[in-house]
Amino acid sequence: MGILEVSDVNKRFGGLQALGNVNLNIAANTVHAIIGPNGAGKSTLLNVLVGKLIPDSGTVLFDGHSVLGRKPYEINQLGISRVFQTPEIFGDLTVMENVMIPCFAKRDGAFKMQGLASILSQSDIRATAEMILEDVNMLGKSNMTASSLSRGDKRRLEMAMCLVQEPKLLLLDEPTAGMARADTNNTIDLLKEIKSKRDITMVIIEHDMHVVFSLAERITVLAQGTPLVEDTPDNIKGHPKVREAYLGEAQV
Amino acid sequence: MFGLNSKDTRAFLLIAALAMLAPILLNPFPTGSALAQFNAGYPDLMQRFVIFGIFAIGFNILFGLTGYLSFGHAAFLGVGSYSAVWMFKLLSMNVVPALILSVIVAALFSIFIGFVSLRRSGIYFSILTLAFAQMSFNLAYSVFTPITNGETGLQVYNSDPQYLMAEGDPTVTHFFGLEMRETFTLQLGGWSFDFAAGYYMCALLLLAAFYLSVRIFRSPFGLTLRAIKSNQQRVNYTGLNARPYTLAAFVISGMYAGLAGGLLACMDPLAGAERMQWTASGEVVLMTILGGAGTLIGPVLGAGFIKYFENIFSKINDTVLHQWFAFMPDGLENVIVTIVHPFIGKGWNLTLGLMFMAVVIFLPGGLVEGGQRIGKLFSKRIPSDAASAAGRPSE
Repeated sequence: MGILEVSDVNKRFGGLQALGNVNLNIAANTVHAIIGPNGAGKSTLLNVLVGKLIPDSGTVLFDGHSVLGRKPYEINQLGISRVFQTPEIFGDLTVMENVMIPCFAKRDGAFKMQGLASILSQSDIRATAEMILEDVNMLGKSNMTASSLSRGDKRRLEMAMCLVQEPKLLLLDEPTAGMARADTNNTIDLLKEIKSKRDITMVIIEHDMHVVFSLAERITVLAQGTPLVEDTPDNIKGHPKVREAYLGEAQV
Repeated sequence: MFGLNSKDTRAFLLIAALAMLAPILLNPFPTGSALAQFNAGYPDLMQRFVIFGIFAIGFNILFGLTGYLSFGHAAFLGVGSYSAVWMFKLLSMNVVPALILSVIVAALFSIFIGFVSLRRSGIYFSILTLAFAQMSFNLAYSVFTPITNGETGLQVYNSDPQYLMAEGDPTVTHFFGLEMRETFTLQLGGWSFDFAAGYYMCALLLLAAFYLSVRIFRSPFGLTLRAIKSNQQRVNYTGLNARPYTLAAFVISGMYAGLAGGLLACMDPLAGAERMQWTASGEVVLMTILGGAGTLIGPVLGAGFIKYFENIFSKINDTVLHQWFAFMPDGLENVIVTIVHPFIGKGWNLTLGLMFMAVVIFLPGGLVEGGQRIGKLFSKRIPSDAASAAGRPSE
């Protein structure tokens, strides 16, 4: 039994079949990559998983709960965190505050009125936030305003904000899009380190084959809204159907 | 002090000192001197400073923290005033039940308006709140005449029941016998200072309101509100439900407005529909932005600034101008007076508008930013990054 089970999910946008009978079973504590050419339905699938889109038919079970019809914040409370293509952080707040907010959400739930408690008195939250910032090497920047960070640091911060909630499933939407090779390698190392330290399942949507083959334990290839093949990286590399649909003539 | 850090304590003490010493600070010129018209230390005006300060502090909790720009907050001010006057009519002239009811009614009213308006954000939210406020204004003016007394405005009559009124109770607003208009005048040489009971009650409530807003700013609740302003998408994907947070902020700021409206009625037991008009809603937006939205003391400064200049500019007339420029040759004097004329008296809105534009263009952080820049000029030794970190508006 996987931690995330997607069965027979269909989604149409007008005449376009964005997802057609998608079946996906993601095992707990694995890194699972979803690849595919542009327009293959990767982002649509991700949006279904986080509750942003509701599919026309099919079921999505996460850890025994159906995610369909739940709001994004409810799905997050179940234990799914998402990293966006462009880092979504609280630009006006400091790095420390950025990490404290997910801590509060984890501890207090979707809404709790604490109008008179002081932030400064929340030493446990602060300690957790510091620990996670240390993990992503951002502790020295905890008093900086988040919008002034470099792109790579913003990415690290966003990861920290997700990880501090100890999610069971981390969804990464092109975590290295637009990064230089050195930054990409740093991100790969960071993700490997994160994976080695805790029990976490990761689903990565990625274009960069270098990232995919460095991290993934299983790979699903999507094409035109349907899974073409699912296998280990080594088998995917040599798979003729995949070469034809996606990798083209490029040698990986 | 009282759960505030040292910086906030200083801001609180500053406001406390300003509020307590206002009757002296605002009367710097001897009575009868030519400059006495710049004095603002009379109770009527000081009460307005403080009441609108409370209004703006409340507005800042919504606008400064969540970024939701409400254009209908005057509705809560008006509702607060009406509730207070009804308490005077039904119970007695004691201000305590009046203030309690005005806050409660404003809260109920803002729950309803907030619940509907907060389904949208940005300009749509502003328009919805504006529509609600204008609707309230028009209803108060016409359909609800039995409750609001329409155009005449709601006031207390001798024939009103006043069930709790005991024999010998004051017939003006009072706090358990202490009349709001009671004033102690201190004559000191050429100076004269008025200490009014009504003013000090407003000032104490302002301090309480300010203290509460500091605590809210520094709480996890306030932090979440700032996060909502910064990136609502991330808030949703962080497992926080933004709607109840924004609604809570909306209701809190509505209650502040209700308190301000109640206080207006306590100082002068009269409530008219024009208090709910969109110009009144716009004024509190101006106060908050002028002072510095999202800062702690900005709204209080903005409210004082606008109310002071509104009063001063509208008081200056052509006769005064002729006195000022009397040293010039007659022809030139008339030309200058003609030029200045549109900016004073009834034209005070023009002057204030120009000042507002100047502040928004040159000091986007409002008067607070202006103060910080001046402060920086005098303390160049402080490393620049420490100064700029301290000077961020959201701090």
